Amino acid sequence: MSADTVIRVEGLGKSYLVGHESARGVHTSFREVATRGLRNLARRTADLLRGRAFVEGDDIEEFWALQDVNFEVARGEVLGVIGPNGSGKSTLLKLLSRVTEPTRGRIELKGRVASLLEVGTGFHPELTGRENIFLNGAILGMTRREIVSRFDAIVDFAETEKFLDTPVKRYSSGMYVRLAFAVAAHLEPDVLVIDEVLAVGDLVFQKKCMGKMQGVANSGRTVLFVSHNMQTISALTQRCVLLDAGRLVATGRTQDVVSRYLSESTRGGGVYVAAPAGGPTIVRVELRTSEAGNIQRHGAPMEVEVTITTPHPVPNAALSFQIFNPSHQPVVHVLNLDSEVAMLREAGTYRLTCRFSRVRLYPGSYFLTFYFGASHPRRIFEAPAQICQFEVALLGESRDFYWAPDTAVYIEDTHWSVDNLAEVAA
Amino acid sequence: MHIVIEPGRTEQNYWADLWRYRELFRVLAWRDLSVRYKQTFIGVAWVVLRPLLAMVVFTIVFGRIARLPSEGGAPYALVVFAGLLPWMFFAAALSEAATSVVTNANLIGKVYFPRLIVPAAAVVVALVELLIGLVMLAALMAWFGYAPRWNVLLLPLFMALAFAAALGPGLWISALNAKYRDFRFVVPFVIQFGMYVSPVGFSTSVVPAEWRLLYSLNPMAGVIDGFRWCVLGTPIHAQGFAVSVGVVVAFLWLGLRRFRRTEKTFADLV
Repeated sequence: MSADTVIRVEGLGKSYLVGHESARGVHTSFREVATRGLRNLARRTADLLRGRAFVEGDDIEEFWALQDVNFEVARGEVLGVIGPNGSGKSTLLKLLSRVTEPTRGRIELKGRVASLLEVGTGFHPELTGRENIFLNGAILGMTRREIVSRFDAIVDFAETEKFLDTPVKRYSSGMYVRLAFAVAAHLEPDVLVIDEVLAVGDLVFQKKCMGKMQGVANSGRTVLFVSHNMQTISALTQRCVLLDAGRLVATGRTQDVVSRYLSESTRGGGVYVAAPAGGPTIVRVELRTSEAGNIQRHGAPMEVEVTITTPHPVPNAALSFQIFNPSHQPVVHVLNLDSEVAMLREAGTYRLTCRFSRVRLYPGSYFLTFYFGASHPRRIFEAPAQICQFEVALLGESRDFYWAPDTAVYIEDTHWSVDNLAEVAA
Repeated sequence: MHIVIEPGRTEQNYWADLWRYRELFRVLAWRDLSVRYKQTFIGVAWVVLRPLLAMVVFTIVFGRIARLPSEGGAPYALVVFAGLLPWMFFAAALSEAATSVVTNANLIGKVYFPRLIVPAAAVVVALVELLIGLVMLAALMAWFGYAPRWNVLLLPLFMALAFAAALGPGLWISALNAKYRDFRFVVPFVIQFGMYVSPVGFSTSVVPAEWRLLYSLNPMAGVIDGFRWCVLGTPIHAQGFAVSVGVVVAFLWLGLRRFRRTEKTFADLV
């Protein structure tokens, strides 16, 4: 293990026994049920005597949650861990934080590992905020003296000063997370493990957390960061590992690993479908993002395709939609009127396509809300809201670009020029 | 600090870790203690009320109605109370310890620490109640004008014995309870049943001499006898006491072994 390596994982594997109820016929007799029950009881007794864990169900299968995983992490590195649900990310973190034992392989760690806990873990609802800081700190392995010396900083960071002596069961979920993050962030472990907690909390706090995480990494400590949010991963990590079905399928620069993950992921497209409702109806909306998995690359084209069925002509039809950001603020409004591009002048089914030549939305996740009606007499047939969620990401952009939530709502095309005034005058 | 994680590797630094995490032990015990009487109407008064009421009932049933003999000239109520304290401690400690691993499942599933801390911290709550009970016992003895002898100086030893007697089965059951939730039903039964087979409401002197050693296989018989000898100076059956202590130690060893063997898989089970 070289001097600079903090984590080394070699041939790591973890298997679980999972049980299935075997398929049973329709005419299951009492005798069959009784025999199966007895057989299971006998098996459990045998397991009990051998001191093994018993498994529900009557077919037992060995399931490898993680298999033959190898990687190394250097000191001060922020490593992203990505992969679809069930790919083994959480198992890997559990093994690293010594919560459970591996079945195969080995992990070498230099230093103290602490995980940022999920909301609620390590908090007791009946205790006050102040008491919970001590409880949570002790759970994360801090000594009383360490907690006392950082107490003010923690409270300050969490912004919960006023509610310090209120039981946390009266806290809002946002306050809960702020306090939990604040305690973990002020712990000074050699390796900090963060599993998708930033998803909660408001944007301002998320931004603060990211700043803190960057600070943690800059101070020479190592961070392992698991997230489904590709933008956060791209902004915070230089290197990533990609897990799929328990195996490590890629390691390398975040940019490369993220695009590989996105191109492989086959999450359902951003399609909205509805049945015709008698009158004029939007039966389908399809959002065509530049990348798979409803990811839109900043600066790339995007298409919104709307299919409308109408049993009769719609005079002065109007179709518009808004793009909302996660805080439910409209950031873009797009409108088409019959007087501009003629539409729906006869009964039938129409496909309307709206093309964005260059999406300049700021990185983040967005959704659409439609309004379908007529301009005069003014009326609205329907307004499907909050559909076709998508994510805008700055993929492949320079790593120097500083990204943080809510810095802007969109990025304008600009051109800079710099003149040395001394030379201009001369 | 250099840590190697491998399958089947019993961490050599387990006992060192136990010491390193003493802060967590303290905090968990304090947490269990401070939430125990939250949102109750009479709060900590329960600690005083429960043994007192039990003492009154037992004294009437066993002392007055059944007319069982007292021991060594001590008032019957004192004999009962000195038996109730270790028994109630045992009952509370066992039931708290037995469910502790499951009730702390969220912690165990997320953070590493020597799991032994969890049941041990649960027993501390019962220990604090025992201390309060001892103060009440002192008050009762003063009320009855019954002075203790030098034996009372050995009290810490007998408390440690009671602690070991509860921790052994507590560890064992908490480890099993993580796997087989059947034990949730076993513990209340054991406690209810044990109350009658242990010398709580009566003195061991009512047990016929030829059955005395067999009776001492119940570890609580020795613990309660020893406790009475210590605080009240009542006579003690030395051989029987030795048998009980042997059983306590055996249970503690079994419990520890069982717990240490299964604790690595707790996170996968709870």
